[in-house]
Amino acid sequence: MRETSGKSINKGVAIGEIFFFKPQAFTIEKLENQNPETELQKYNDAKAKANEQLAFLYDKLLNSVGEEEAGIIEVQQMFIEDEDYNDTIIGEINNGLNAEYAVKFAGETVANIFLSMDDEYMQGRAADIRDISTRICKNILGINDDYEFDKPKIVVADDLTPSETSAFNKDKILAFVTKLGTQTSHTAILARNMNIPSIINIDIDIDDSLEGKRAIVDAINGKFIIDPTQEVIEEFAFKQKTFEDEQGKLKDLFGKEDVTLDGKKIKLYSNIGRVEDVDAVIENDSKGIGLFRSEFLYMNRDNYPTEKEQFDAYKAVLTKMGDKPVIIRTLDIGADKKADYFDIEEEENPALGYRAIRICLTRPEMFKTQLRALYRASAFGNLLIMFPMIISVEEIRQCKVLCAEVRNELKAEGIDFKEVSLGIMIETPASVFLSDALAKEVDFFSVGTNDLTQYTLAVDRQNKAIADLFNAKNDAMLAALQIIVDNAHKNGIWAGICGELASDSEITQTLLKMGYDELSISSAKTLEVRNQIRQTTIN
Amino acid sequence: MQQFTHIIIDPAGIHARPAAKLVKEAGSYASTVTIAKGDKKVDARKLISIMGLGAKHNDDIIVTVEGDDEVEAAEALKTFLSENI
Repeated sequence: MRETSGKSINKGVAIGEIFFFKPQAFTIEKLENQNPETELQKYNDAKAKANEQLAFLYDKLLNSVGEEEAGIIEVQQMFIEDEDYNDTIIGEINNGLNAEYAVKFAGETVANIFLSMDDEYMQGRAADIRDISTRICKNILGINDDYEFDKPKIVVADDLTPSETSAFNKDKILAFVTKLGTQTSHTAILARNMNIPSIINIDIDIDDSLEGKRAIVDAINGKFIIDPTQEVIEEFAFKQKTFEDEQGKLKDLFGKEDVTLDGKKIKLYSNIGRVEDVDAVIENDSKGIGLFRSEFLYMNRDNYPTEKEQFDAYKAVLTKMGDKPVIIRTLDIGADKKADYFDIEEEENPALGYRAIRICLTRPEMFKTQLRALYRASAFGNLLIMFPMIISVEEIRQCKVLCAEVRNELKAEGIDFKEVSLGIMIETPASVFLSDALAKEVDFFSVGTNDLTQYTLAVDRQNKAIADLFNAKNDAMLAALQIIVDNAHKNGIWAGICGELASDSEITQTLLKMGYDELSISSAKTLEVRNQIRQTTIN
Repeated sequence: MQQFTHIIIDPAGIHARPAAKLVKEAGSYASTVTIAKGDKKVDARKLISIMGLGAKHNDDIIVTVEGDDEVEAAEALKTFLSENI
């Protein structure tokens, strides 16, 4: 038995026989003085065949996986018709070169254009154009690599291209295990969407000695076990069944309401940090965004983001979410999140330092730029604004004055905006003690359990020596959580939690029984937490 | 000749699928459509060239339309870009 490890890109457990996948090796020679007419014919035939193959793959993916995944093939179908690509190929053929060389040459030329761009997405498209060129070349050379196996197997390979991944019959694949690959590659996306347990970056060399061996893929923990003992197989068979049962149950919850057994509707939302994260929110059937961290707009740059840049980002998220609520938290920079142009002096104690609302209120011009962008974006969806690190009633009043100024300015300029609910993060002990008074000033509370734990327990989140004291379920924390929600309800506003604690499905029922109305979590956990909500009786 | 400036609204920039839609849209008019970013200028019917502009969120692109149906085409492209790219 040999146990190896890698990175899981789609959870699951598989037990079966290994199919060692090796793309058929072929070499392309450069031949000169060929007959352009014959070569052109070869190219046109091979391209027509490639188009048929791609159309077949497209339909297959569309029916078995979904539109988005089929889109990967669609992009290739578009590349194959690109004028420049075709002109280059035909030009080389007319120069007397052989068709397969012309295709390879054109493919590499385009791939290099993509590779030279300073954008990860564009660089990734080099793989697509190479994939197409390889497909056409194989067609020219008459290489056929359809692989059919008699029974479902674990596919092990150095790397897989999107074409290779999608060419397999989904029902005949138990798992994918590769040495190369990245989390965001098309292949990884395909594997996830085909819902096949998959591990990449496996830490062993892949060769044909693996062919036909028994193996276990534990893509929950990133383990790949070759030649397991009978005992280990039984252990994993049990693990597999448990996992699949759970998944099956959770899947049924897609599209269901977030409601307790005694009928209380819970706002189950997601935390996001970038505009792109919205897709996962929608895919996971989350009903809103409970925390959109606006820091990303300010990080990794040399100057403050403009009103327009911010407006575009907020608008993009609000538009995508439609009428679902989106709670955007104003800038929370400082402590462990830094940007040089803010020009903040080195601090002895950054967690207790110049950060978040403290910076915003002393740099009102910067803050108003953000508020203007937010109010302008409010016209395009269902926006709520939330302020971080509040420690006094005075602070929230200052925020409200600035918001009123912004609204008046926009009104005077004739720019559209909607009424926006204002809330605060409860993440300092001060705001817990003042929660009764603060609740009279705002429309909602959202508890940031990470900072609140750190400040309540006087435990530095970054200090490894006391890591085991950092416990968001400490009794003091539970007492604080109860005070917060009671004071919110006493004043007729709702209270939620957007810290990591909310994603912990083991405590969901406790939080709901305390009275919490909203939980904002990592979107991947939506169904898991929904499952808990639907089993809870509050009273 | 019709010319206008468009600011990329898609946070992801001009990706393959929106670029392909643009190729289709531009190809549906008799006029020639070119797109320029900085000193790079490309034919809007060429997918890889458009992607090669590397236009990112908030970048300006200049769209030029020339031909028999240029007025109609420019209007349609303006709407198309403001909704898609």
